[in-house]
Amino acid sequence: MTAETKKSLFTPFNIFAGIVVIIGLVLTVLRFTKGIGSVTNLDDNNPWGIWIGFDLLCGVALAAGGFTTSAAAYLFGIKKYNSAVRPAILTAFLGYALVVFALHYDVGRPWRLVYPIFYQPGTTSLLYEVGLCVFLYLSVLAIEYSVAALEWLGLKKLRGLVHKLTLVLTIFGVVLSTLHQSSLGALYLIAPSKLHPLWYSAYLPIQFFVSAIAVGLSMVIFEGTLSHKAFHDKMDATYLAQHDGVVLGFARAASVVLAAYLGIKLIALGADNNWKYLLTGWGAWYLFEILGFVALPSLLYAIGSRERNLPLIKWTAGLTVLGIVLNRFNVSLVAFNWQLPSAQRYFPSWGEIGVSLFVVVVGILAFRFIVTRMPIFYEHPDFKDAH
Amino acid sequence: MRRRKFLALMGAAGVGLALGKTPAHAASNAHFEGYPDAKAVLFDATRCIGCRKCEEACNKVNKLPAPAKPFTDLTVLDTERRTSAKAHTVVNKYMPAGAKGPVFRKIQCNHCQEPACASACFVRAFKKNPDGSVTYDASVCVGCRYCIMACPFNVPTYEYDEPLTPRVMKCTMCHPQITAGELNMPGCVGACPKEALAYGKRSDLLKIAHARIATFPDRYVDHVYGEREMGGTNWLYLSGVPFKELGMREDLGVTSAPEMTSGALTVVPMVAALWPALLGGIWAISKSNEKTADKERMEAVKAAIDSNQAANDAKLAKFKEQAEKDKADSIEREVKKALEEAAAAAKEEEGA
Repeated sequence: MTAETKKSLFTPFNIFAGIVVIIGLVLTVLRFTKGIGSVTNLDDNNPWGIWIGFDLLCGVALAAGGFTTSAAAYLFGIKKYNSAVRPAILTAFLGYALVVFALHYDVGRPWRLVYPIFYQPGTTSLLYEVGLCVFLYLSVLAIEYSVAALEWLGLKKLRGLVHKLTLVLTIFGVVLSTLHQSSLGALYLIAPSKLHPLWYSAYLPIQFFVSAIAVGLSMVIFEGTLSHKAFHDKMDATYLAQHDGVVLGFARAASVVLAAYLGIKLIALGADNNWKYLLTGWGAWYLFEILGFVALPSLLYAIGSRERNLPLIKWTAGLTVLGIVLNRFNVSLVAFNWQLPSAQRYFPSWGEIGVSLFVVVVGILAFRFIVTRMPIFYEHPDFKDAH
Repeated sequence: MRRRKFLALMGAAGVGLALGKTPAHAASNAHFEGYPDAKAVLFDATRCIGCRKCEEACNKVNKLPAPAKPFTDLTVLDTERRTSAKAHTVVNKYMPAGAKGPVFRKIQCNHCQEPACASACFVRAFKKNPDGSVTYDASVCVGCRYCIMACPFNVPTYEYDEPLTPRVMKCTMCHPQITAGELNMPGCVGACPKEALAYGKRSDLLKIAHARIATFPDRYVDHVYGEREMGGTNWLYLSGVPFKELGMREDLGVTSAPEMTSGALTVVPMVAALWPALLGGIWAISKSNEKTADKERMEAVKAAIDSNQAANDAKLAKFKEQAEKDKADSIEREVKKALEEAAAAAKEEEGA
């Protein structure tokens, strides 16, 4: 990846990425000339589609690796995770930046996205809280990430100044993440009549927060595995030496967090006395999610970390990530408006899928651009206190 | 040391759970009963004949585009419709089991006393006016459509085909026209030929509605829909058949939308205030653990070095002692040897 010669430009991934980017640009033009209705299947009954269900809800959850890793390394003082912080922060920063980018397609007048913060805040809205926290956290992540960029640019003085803020930024990041990860779930508290009782709960905010931690840990494992394949030559001895420890430690933590998440899901089920729904078709789907994508990965993580079975852990990380995507889809799309007749239900259009894919590909390209140039997987030789 | 860290972590987790569990209401005991002189509309399904005159009047008053089929075409009623960006109100026809003929029901914004849309809006684009109406200000709207998500009655609609200036569209109870003096009641109410719609003070209309039920108990279901649903609405309904038969949700409850989210909102400042203290505490503990561990390691190393030194010294002393002894022995040996040699030499001399 280092030598981007003409020969290496036409790899299968690059060709795929190029096609997706072209489709994305065409869809962008359509969206801003013909309206949201021309590229989406959204309607008055289903105002939020996958641009919210995937781009926003999953995007933010999958970027939770940033605050979990930096908290583990810098706040809980587990130094063997230090080398995992930079890749996790970079992923989180790009993730949040892309969430905000994707929102520009979804909202009607994107240039007004700053209105709730700077012009006329509607503080009774959970969405206001989400917006404020995402705005602040994106700023925090930008500063945290900037250390690597400043090292790359050789701006020693500024870099030293920003590096001193690490502790404060980490704490601020955890506070903001706690708030908006949970608030994404709280968005649905206002619509008990629309969300199926198996997914609606007064505990939705806590469920979203706890599951975000599990998926954040899993994303670090998952993304580390992918990075190992693509950017092995960029990784320094410290990163490689600590990597297996990170995978094992995070697997153990994720197992416990998933078990706790299973617990609070069951508490919610009992608190609202929703057992009767388990025998319906919705119940089968709910059990599929809970047993297959929460209980199972919790068990597999436990086995994997106990037996030091790294391949099992890596597959389990993928399963957990898939499970949280499934959960966010269930809350925002599948079990939402469950009482509407099937003809009025939502299914994403190709245009919506195209834009979401475009956003993901832009993220991967940005990640590759940065890690092949800046000190993410290795310590900059001039800055040895980086980790 | 590890126990202390564990307790700190458990403390953090425990507070998190406790905070989520106790939704102390932001508004304490305050219960909003609606503005005292708020107006409302009473719809009586037993009077509605499905003539669509209200739809036509609404279209005209709000200057909405003409529909594909004219308002006189009643075949439109054969398919169930909902409000749209081009129709703030629609009438649907239902054929409830047990009813003598079709029953009609008009849909439009119910103008909640505590509106979900207004509570959900993150730029305060919605306003509950003292006259009972809920209105929308497109000049601040971002177009997030959370209001449409939040509305329990599926009322607000959106201009999905507007690329740059889409608006949320819904009934205003003709608030702008009445305020400007163009109308003295909502357009739909004025157009109704059967007095199925009545406009007046909400408190008066409630009395009228209950009086009708009391006078004709056989004609009406004993319930005024909207009196308490979702905290009460400024559009009230009477019906001769269960409201469920008219496509109206009977499971919405009486809790207003803002009350459903107030618990989650009260947690926000607590997290913002307590998390830094807890996380800072955890950091301090892990830092102090690290320091203690470092100190202990240094002491252990020093002790190891010291004891090594002592052992070495002892060994060296022993060696020295041994060496000195060896030296003394060898000197003694040499002296003895020399003496013996001298003695032997003397003997030889004597003998010679």
